[in-house]
Amino acid sequence: MDTFYGMLTLTLIYSTPILVTALGGMFCEKSGVVNIGLEGLMGFGAFTGATVMYFVQGSASGPYFALLMGMLVGGIVSILHAYMCITLKSDQVISGTAINMFATGVTIYMSQIIFGQQRTVAFNESFTKTTYPLLSKIPFFGKFLFSNIYPTVFIALILVVISWYVLYKTSFGLRLRAAGENPHAVDSVGANVTKIRYSAVIISGLLSGLGGAMMILTQDIQYTSVSIHGTGFIAMAAVIFGRWKPAPILWASLFFGLSQILKIYSTSLGIFAALPLEFFDSFPYILTVIALVVFSGKGVGPKSSGVPYDKGQR
Amino acid sequence: MSNSFRAYVGNEKHQKVLIPIISIVLGFIVGIIIMLFSQLNAGYLFTALLRGVFGINTKFIGTSRSVFNARYIGEFLVSSMPLILTGLSVAFAYRCGLFNIGAEGQVMMGSLFSIVVALSFPGLPKVILLPMVVIAGALGGTIWGFIPGLLKAKYNVHEVVVTIMLNYVGLYFLNWTVKSLPGSSLVRTVDIPDAAWLGSDFLSDITNNSRLHWGFIIVIIAVYAFYYIMNKTTFGYELRAVGFNKDAAKYAGINVNKNAILAMTLSGTFAGLAGTLLTCGTFNYGRVIPAFENYGFNGIVAALVGGNTAIGSVLGGLLFGALQAIQPIMQANGIPREIAIIITSAIIIFVAMQNGIKSVLNKIGNKEA
Amino acid sequence: MNNVVEMKDITKRFPGIIANSHVNFDLRQGEIHALLGENGAGKSTLMSVLFGLYQAEEGEILIRGEKVDIKDPNVATKIGIGMVHQHFKLVHNLSITENIILGVEPKNRWHQVDLKKGRAQVVALSEKYGLTVDPDELIENITVGMQQRVEILKMLYRNSNILIFDEPTAVLTPQEIDDLIIVMRNLVNEGKSIILITHKLKEIMAIADRCTVLRRGECISTVEVAKSNPSELAEMMVGRKVNLDLNKKEIDEHKTVMKIRNLSVKDSKGLDAVKNFNLDVRTGEIMCVAGIDGNGQSELIQGITGLTPCSGGTIEFLGKEIQNTKIRERTEMGLGHIPEDRQKYGLVMDFDIKENMVLQSYFKEPFSTHGKLNKEAIKEYSDRLVEEYDVRSSQGSDTTSRSLSGGNQQKAIIAREVDRSPALLLAAQPTRGLDVGAIEFIHKSIVAERDKGKAVLLFSLELEEVLSLSDKIAVIYEGEIVGVLDAKDATENELGLLMSGAKKGDLPDYE
Repeated sequence: MDTFYGMLTLTLIYSTPILVTALGGMFCEKSGVVNIGLEGLMGFGAFTGATVMYFVQGSASGPYFALLMGMLVGGIVSILHAYMCITLKSDQVISGTAINMFATGVTIYMSQIIFGQQRTVAFNESFTKTTYPLLSKIPFFGKFLFSNIYPTVFIALILVVISWYVLYKTSFGLRLRAAGENPHAVDSVGANVTKIRYSAVIISGLLSGLGGAMMILTQDIQYTSVSIHGTGFIAMAAVIFGRWKPAPILWASLFFGLSQILKIYSTSLGIFAALPLEFFDSFPYILTVIALVVFSGKGVGPKSSGVPYDKGQR
Repeated sequence: MSNSFRAYVGNEKHQKVLIPIISIVLGFIVGIIIMLFSQLNAGYLFTALLRGVFGINTKFIGTSRSVFNARYIGEFLVSSMPLILTGLSVAFAYRCGLFNIGAEGQVMMGSLFSIVVALSFPGLPKVILLPMVVIAGALGGTIWGFIPGLLKAKYNVHEVVVTIMLNYVGLYFLNWTVKSLPGSSLVRTVDIPDAAWLGSDFLSDITNNSRLHWGFIIVIIAVYAFYYIMNKTTFGYELRAVGFNKDAAKYAGINVNKNAILAMTLSGTFAGLAGTLLTCGTFNYGRVIPAFENYGFNGIVAALVGGNTAIGSVLGGLLFGALQAIQPIMQANGIPREIAIIITSAIIIFVAMQNGIKSVLNKIGNKEA
Repeated sequence: MNNVVEMKDITKRFPGIIANSHVNFDLRQGEIHALLGENGAGKSTLMSVLFGLYQAEEGEILIRGEKVDIKDPNVATKIGIGMVHQHFKLVHNLSITENIILGVEPKNRWHQVDLKKGRAQVVALSEKYGLTVDPDELIENITVGMQQRVEILKMLYRNSNILIFDEPTAVLTPQEIDDLIIVMRNLVNEGKSIILITHKLKEIMAIADRCTVLRRGECISTVEVAKSNPSELAEMMVGRKVNLDLNKKEIDEHKTVMKIRNLSVKDSKGLDAVKNFNLDVRTGEIMCVAGIDGNGQSELIQGITGLTPCSGGTIEFLGKEIQNTKIRERTEMGLGHIPEDRQKYGLVMDFDIKENMVLQSYFKEPFSTHGKLNKEAIKEYSDRLVEEYDVRSSQGSDTTSRSLSGGNQQKAIIAREVDRSPALLLAAQPTRGLDVGAIEFIHKSIVAERDKGKAVLLFSLELEEVLSLSDKIAVIYEGEIVGVLDAKDATENELGLLMSGAKKGDLPDYE
């Protein structure tokens, strides 16, 4: 039974970066901008987080500071994507690809400049797994939600609620959703499509940066060129799988997190032992392709996503 | 500025050539600025290029050691060849209006198929096994291109997302297969039989022991095939018509879906061949790949810089092959090799910014008016 | 003076054309003022200037006597100008209430969007003006008529009192038009002032107080509708009657090449846009399908040419049923198609002219052999067509199609389709948006086909074109033919009645 609770906790921990980044991707796509640069933005966040963590280790608030910096850098880099996609009306896929490549180049280059090696120097301490007194005594939930867990999980869960609130309860959210469906309608009522989309892209940058930093600070001890290993794309998959809505994205992220956990446990779980480890790695991707086929024709994605807004075209 | 200069940069036809060149120059400027900021000698970039591309080592000028070393030229070509093929791959799909971001995975599948065939028939003579290996590689890429093409045509699923996902599936599939082949270690397979090897002592000899291999013949055939199909055949005409305007193509009775499938499929073929070149030419064994090696992504840049044409992809492939070839030289001089990746990505950013560059050019062009 | 709007001496130029030249326009408090003119007369440009979408180069705008600078639609909204665009600007997966409040959302104490309050306001407005809507329904689930009411509510919600309607009836059914007229009366009674952009005389007579006529960017006159009559307005709108005398040859012998029986075609929403449709097209005759835009013409064209599958019935062409055959097969049998939207369907804009000239025949000898293109033959052929059909361009056959003017693009399409010498030429809105010179050329080409003894199936929205070009006119209304008449005996009045569904005409017996 302890293994079971342990698995649930680990699932939560592994889902966290996927979830946070996917929420960012959701905002971006909902506003009408495709962001396939999530992976790269996570890389920037992770590199920054790992670097800052190394320099500030020892202080209790250090990990939070590292998260914050990772988040900020992700946000700053995403301005480039926003500028290319919104102001210059560049191809959004090319721009995202460029950001992904840029991330692999810049982060390792900077590691060499700062640390003189291909990776950041390992940090000795970061977030620590905590078992919360009292809360962990809650039957069932306490066993995995409040035992041996990182605080980043709670940040992610709070972000789901905030995202839902912003998207469905605020005027910004209403305009953002409208901008991704019919920007002309938004423009004609005097709301600024450019501003909305810039905000959304930057939100995605901030959240991806945060997601990347969370990942490195909870699952790793240093940043290397393979630290993110496709998590940004899994987040993208979670957005699609979660059909661009916060709560389903939470479930999709947990599901994909679980598939990573199963890989770790597969040798000890009889039924999965026969499957190659690579099966668990590729699981989210295969599933997403299948999901796309199943959802096809239902038009669930934002209608104008990926289309630059051109005022002249009516 | 003279009027003729203004007229030149304001002309749309010239801009098609100017924009990639400007992007490349700006990309290098970004690289140089970053090097200067990190207090590195940017001049090394150019000496490394001279050495990596032309084999001329400026350090040895005036010494008794030989200034020229043909090995670098050989290695430069070895790095460029797969990129030319992935460039052709991306360009081919692009001309039909599809974005193949999955050349990366198609390369992996090409590698996978080649290595499996190469190791499965060790007894066959070279005249039979080598063609089989090449065809297998092409087939691997073809299958990995066919899937997104089919899903696009049949279910209207966006090829970009599918190809991204298939990249990872390809990566993990390749790694699993490589590890499972008999005799494999955790990182590589056993060496392939000589009969499946593209390498040649002759080519190696004339380039001072570089890894230059016969793959260049495959590249030349592929480039010509691309050019011929695209420009000389009715099939190419249909592909281009669909790429420019699906509705008009449909109006003219062209089967849009069939062309989309074929374009993605053949796009995969080009990339699959790159996998063969890597596995049976550059290396002579199958490798476990921890992370993407960016052959596919560099192919996107090569195609974009080359305006999605055959000859443009060759030039683009050579450019990014050069940037890849200088990486070890830079590293040896204490400059992080990743500067080459930074330059590459800066170039795509500028190519993607072509609307901005265009409007600047038009502004210059229209000043006289 | 109780003018709420005064536009003085407005001039607006676009590259190559003057869209508005020294136009004067005023709107009185509480009136419905129609803005009449043909397509391209400058009506929409003038109203776009008023709504802040364009800036005029010259002239000034006064709103309630005060000079204003309308930089963008936000300014227009602030000073009480609202516009119902021809293409609605609605978000399909948001509710009616959400669409109406978008941009000026009511907030509650916690800065949350107060949907309840918004909904209550929408309900109040819709009751006050008789605009029935279901505030919670999604846009994608409601009719076009209701979508228009949502657009009107959007203006009212923003307290606009100067309301611009851009061709509001183009997409409506007659019943919906009647409802709209009542709504507009209500609005005026409540103190709003309305500008109605239209080219339909009937509407103006029915509802407008005054009418300003524009022609080729110039203001012709402003008249009191009560003191005018349709024929006077029509003459002002069209100007000097363009001589469209086409000298058609007398042809006595006709053979039926296409028989359409009980055809039905669905639109993109899966509804029957064409139903129980019957028509015969004969050699040596121009058969024109006339009707108000959106009565199934587009779907009918797509069904006949194969761009959309037919959902029922038969099309017999030269003795063979073709309703299930491929597009290419129909083309090859001798169906020529000048498409409705030349930039979408007619041309690959990034191809050069010669590549476009063989769009329907590139796969055949002499343009290709065994799958290989024969560039010389293509060039030679294209050069001949460019010459014969007077397609004017900078570099002849090598010019990119995109750089051609609209008229020359259309000439290139006509050259391609007519030169294949099809047994039946389907020409859809062949002169839409073109200048007089190009129109004349295109009309002559179509008549020449007829005189050669080919069959022509024409689709047109312009009554004048319908009357001057056709031999027979079949009026389409809500996807059905409501009358077939001889062009010689047809009058505008009668066509108008048929097109608006007010009357049923005679139908031939279809076996």
